[in-house]
Amino acid sequence: MGALARRRRRRIVGLLVLVGLAAAAGLASIAIGSKPIGLDGVWHGLVAPTGTENDIIIRSLRVPRTELAVLAGIALGVAGSLIQGHTRNPLADPGLLGVTSGAAFAVVVGIFAFGMTSLYSYVWLAFLGAVVTTGLVFLLGSAGRGGPTPLTLALAGAAVSALMVGLISAMAVIDQQSLEAFRFWRVGAVAGRDPVVIGQVLPFLAVGLVLALANAPGLNALSLGEDVARSIGQHVTRTRLLGIVAITLLTGGAVAACGPIGFVGLVVPHVARFITGPDHRWLLPYSGLIGAVLLLVADIIGRVIAWPSELQVGIVLALIGAPVFVGIVRRKRMVRL
Amino acid sequence: MTALQGLRLGPVGLRFRLRPLVVPLVALAITVLVVALNIRLGDFPMTVGDVLRVLFGGGDAAEQYIVFDLRLPRTLTGLLIGAAFGVSGAITQAISRNPLASPDVLGVTPGASAGAVGVIVLASTYGGAATIAAAIGLPVAALIGGLLSAALVYVLAWRRGVDGYRLVLVGIGVQAFMLNLTYWLLTIGDISQAGQALVWITGSLNGRSWSDLVPVAVALAVFLPLSLVGAHVLGALQFDDDTVRNLGVRVELSRFALILIAVILAAIATAAAGPVFFVALATPQIAQRLAGTARPPLVASAVIGALLVSVSDLIARTTFGIELPVGVVTAVLGAPYLMFLIIRKRREVRA
Repeated sequence: MGALARRRRRRIVGLLVLVGLAAAAGLASIAIGSKPIGLDGVWHGLVAPTGTENDIIIRSLRVPRTELAVLAGIALGVAGSLIQGHTRNPLADPGLLGVTSGAAFAVVVGIFAFGMTSLYSYVWLAFLGAVVTTGLVFLLGSAGRGGPTPLTLALAGAAVSALMVGLISAMAVIDQQSLEAFRFWRVGAVAGRDPVVIGQVLPFLAVGLVLALANAPGLNALSLGEDVARSIGQHVTRTRLLGIVAITLLTGGAVAACGPIGFVGLVVPHVARFITGPDHRWLLPYSGLIGAVLLLVADIIGRVIAWPSELQVGIVLALIGAPVFVGIVRRKRMVRL
Repeated sequence: MTALQGLRLGPVGLRFRLRPLVVPLVALAITVLVVALNIRLGDFPMTVGDVLRVLFGGGDAAEQYIVFDLRLPRTLTGLLIGAAFGVSGAITQAISRNPLASPDVLGVTPGASAGAVGVIVLASTYGGAATIAAAIGLPVAALIGGLLSAALVYVLAWRRGVDGYRLVLVGIGVQAFMLNLTYWLLTIGDISQAGQALVWITGSLNGRSWSDLVPVAVALAVFLPLSLVGAHVLGALQFDDDTVRNLGVRVELSRFALILIAVILAAIATAAAGPVFFVALATPQIAQRLAGTARPPLVASAVIGALLVSVSDLIARTTFGIELPVGVVTAVLGAPYLMFLIIRKRREVRA
């Protein structure tokens, strides 16, 4: 009893520490950039803006990208934990069910076939592509009476993604305009997005987050094995469906707003699982917060490392995050799925 | 599998032992047919008689050139890299016990892509690098990138032995690094370099000659038999390490040898034609489902990989008016077929 309560308290403290880290990283993200702004300037811009140059930079550039980094980090971290939990595969990332490739496919079709060039149209296209593709993967993965299993879902996702990537390559090889837009969309960035984008994807992310948290107990039961889960009263297919809807909303929203930011959804769950163990009720909030911190820090590093120019956050994440991830994998015995 | 219907009268076990034999044979027969078509069809169509005549030394100089310098090396390169990717994928999936694993996870193809795209982009952007890049050339850059990155994965995954799970996780990390490096390189070059790089990382057989073919042929001739010798070890490696040790297999050594074979086959195939998309991932799964075995069968994977790439190249060359990279077609063709197999298998089980 005492041990349980202590562990619970320790985990809550851990969550609070992460919230603090995220807040600090968020402030740093507003202060640091090609034009450094002191903390008093940040305070001035956030609380009582008077339209100075710094205030404009803060309110129209730094705050939106910071918000976007936080949202995308939470969404991708949580979605990553969900997908790894559902497929029980450490290789799984939120793109596994075709969300990312579906979004990319829709964007490239928009450019290739309809000559779309504005980032606004990208957002809806990407989201639509994400949802439709995941739906297709789920249908394929659950064809037959047995319903969806981790293996069929993962394979169907890999197959559909491969199909999409193949078609994207075909369009990009044929049409230079598609390639030009696609190669910059592909790397994933939180900078240079219109604040309107945040409002567009926020509802989807919020609903996705609620569904994800609601999915946690069911996912815990599922990880005991489907038969055990059934025998303790879980509706397996419904739990899987709920999880997939949550993953789609979260990842689709993040990809639509920022482009495909890889690595967060893949790596954050491993780090979080290392802290919390396999209990999804803890794993999901930890993953979300670690995701937010990671994305914020990576975005800041991207601004500093190539100052006064910038490196996109998706690139920074992989180039710096990957060695860190390998270090973690090597140092400790990973908690298995 | 209609050919097997009559065998239902015999012992049940026979049916299951025959399928792994029949599947590669049937696939091989279709492959031979596709190879023949591949040599026959193109901008300059020839009849079977023409082709046979040229193959046995007849025909005029133009026909000789088309068959011996263009179509034959290209077709055979496709055939052999397909086989190499198939075997490499089958070994990787068996060792990692993960149907999503492929040489991508061993670091080979992402490393090769980063190497090749780096050469393409940096060659004309920076003067000093240009001379070095031109001197080593694309295939060598890809080979070096692939082997270095695979070595990195193995070394980083080593911690008093290599565990399949840790190998896969480290592989993901290295893969993410290399892929994003590649994507970033794509954004810094100009658009024509990006286009050239994209064709390469999709996988293309365009303009492949005998000099591309020879390394793949040698690698297959050496390592395919070796991997078959190691196949029984591969079966044992399906189990966890303690079990394997109890079975008397020298775990580390066998696993290292098999991974090395998978890496070399994939690296040399990638150097020849780029990381032809989806072949190494899908082929073992398709072969396993067709043959009805418990793990990806090596020979069937080789034959079906060869078939997939050959058919795809035929389609990529002749169907669309313009030539597409073969990797586009392998994905578009292989993916629906894999989905069909997954669905059908499940229906069968329920029936």
